[in-house]
Amino acid sequence: DQVLHIVPETSQQVQRLQHLCSTLLLDLWKPLLPEDIWAGEDLHIRVPAPLVQEVKDSLDQHMISYKVLIPDMQELVDQSMPRERSSHRQVPEGYVYTQYHPMEEIYRWMTQIQKSNSELVTQHYLGKTIENRTMYYLQISQPSDKTKKIIWMDCGIHAREWISPAFCQWFVKEILQNYKSDPKISRFLQNLDLYILPVLNIDGYIYSWEKDRLWRKNCSPHMNGTCYGTDLNRNFNSSWGSIGVSFNCSSEIFCGSGPESEPETRAVAQFIERKKSDILCYLTIHSYGQYILTPYGSTTKPPSNSEELMHVAEKAAAALMGKYGTSYKVGPTSLILYNNSGSSRDWAHMIGIPFSYTFELRDKGIHGFILPPDQIQPTCEETM
Amino acid sequence: EAAMELPPSHYPASRAAALATGYACYRRGSPGRGLALRAVRRARRQDIDDVGHKYHLELVLEDILDKDSTVNCTAEVLYHLGNKNIAPDVQFTIEGELKNTDEADNIFYNRIKTLEKELVAENIPDSHGNVSPEMEPIHLLAWVASGYVIWQNSKENTKFQLAQIKHVKQVKRSDEYLEFDYLILLHEMVSQEIIPWQMRVLWHPQHGVQVTQDSRQPKQASE
Repeated sequence: DQVLHIVPETSQQVQRLQHLCSTLLLDLWKPLLPEDIWAGEDLHIRVPAPLVQEVKDSLDQHMISYKVLIPDMQELVDQSMPRERSSHRQVPEGYVYTQYHPMEEIYRWMTQIQKSNSELVTQHYLGKTIENRTMYYLQISQPSDKTKKIIWMDCGIHAREWISPAFCQWFVKEILQNYKSDPKISRFLQNLDLYILPVLNIDGYIYSWEKDRLWRKNCSPHMNGTCYGTDLNRNFNSSWGSIGVSFNCSSEIFCGSGPESEPETRAVAQFIERKKSDILCYLTIHSYGQYILTPYGSTTKPPSNSEELMHVAEKAAAALMGKYGTSYKVGPTSLILYNNSGSSRDWAHMIGIPFSYTFELRDKGIHGFILPPDQIQPTCEETM
Repeated sequence: EAAMELPPSHYPASRAAALATGYACYRRGSPGRGLALRAVRRARRQDIDDVGHKYHLELVLEDILDKDSTVNCTAEVLYHLGNKNIAPDVQFTIEGELKNTDEADNIFYNRIKTLEKELVAENIPDSHGNVSPEMEPIHLLAWVASGYVIWQNSKENTKFQLAQIKHVKQVKRSDEYLEFDYLILLHEMVSQEIIPWQMRVLWHPQHGVQVTQDSRQPKQASE
């Protein structure tokens, strides 16, 4: 397609041009209507590629001079369009952290992250999901001769909480982009290793992309395949089945057939159990509500280090608020939200991990689980 | 029967606050104005023998379309004793003026009135959280109307929030009102359930929002 610039000299030329535009249905850029074409005034017409020769021949025949303003529309269009999403997908340098990504892309992202940051990042096998998908975690560890304490963070235990895996990916990116230049992060990494599980409930996450956006549980079949899904955050061995659960498979808070009945739960629990003497802090990321929750859900009796737990959480909430004014409430689940048993955070604390927190990210309910992508960045920035 | 002070961040207060907010939003909202709970300032509870539990609340509400615009609200919520399916009693007062939405409401009203075909839409917001600008008033209208459903169905151990509009269809009317048939999904926080609910919503710029009929729908096996 080309855009031509013509200044008609006579009213006869104007008539010819009006006729040409109407019969060939040419796209008038300036003016917008044929009746507004005047002698001595600029005329810009876009001519579709197959008609270019015909139009030029006609102009020549009638001695109407013209200039080619835009010789190649397509080139211009291509240049001005943002690059297609698909071409970004392989490379973390082009990875868009302010959009939600399906599981396939997250798998590829993990591989790429390790490849481009191999001095710091290693990808490890954690286990398999009920539908036999592989669970991987990323270890961010600065080489050193001393053994370091561990901070564990998992995201996406509940399928519909998309902001949670988005946060884990953001977190990894931030650490890797800034560990050399940010003194806080580099000191952090001198003393601590980070273990990040970007998506714990992989099957459920995929299901929420493909079938039911508001799915919560995993995808394990029950009752001869007539009912699906266990709430993984009711399936841990922390007062399992005692309160705030359902034994009915069709419930969103079905706690499973027994503690750690789900392979996803076992994969996480076995790993953390093995490493527990080195784990300083267990973080599990959820949405929504804007809370930093401390143990326990199953009882209002405070944990042994309750004061310290609250103090650290309150400092975190204050720092978070400092960024965009977002307010997070702090306290034990059993007082702030509801009673529940079998949560991963309670279990982590019960086996001896001193600092164990559930983060419930934005928002407070206006968008709930379906948080728009323009909130990914501020949510992640303030939570960092 | 004296009132007991409650920690504002604990769930008894926040559940009553969510209910009061839903009710206030229903009474005062429009396609141009939705109210949401910003904060609980103070909460007290009174146990009234043979009647029920009465919560006294001091809340801050925010305008969904303009988060910097907030108002103070005092509310009383009475949950009735026993298994009667009576909605809680709610009374509230909003301090100060709410933003005037006449212009936006009239624009929306005229836009829908002059549609050639009845409006139909699905999945608002979409999976990624996007709502097109044209659908924003439809979204807000559902938010306001859901306040009614939330009010009618809340108990002390529930906390409802609108999660998504599954489907909305305009219903043709010969009078001046606009009418929409919505299928919404409510999220109940304590059970974590997603509950489909159908509601008929009537609206006119001068007559406010009314839910004329509503019914809980069965959860489908998938989708």
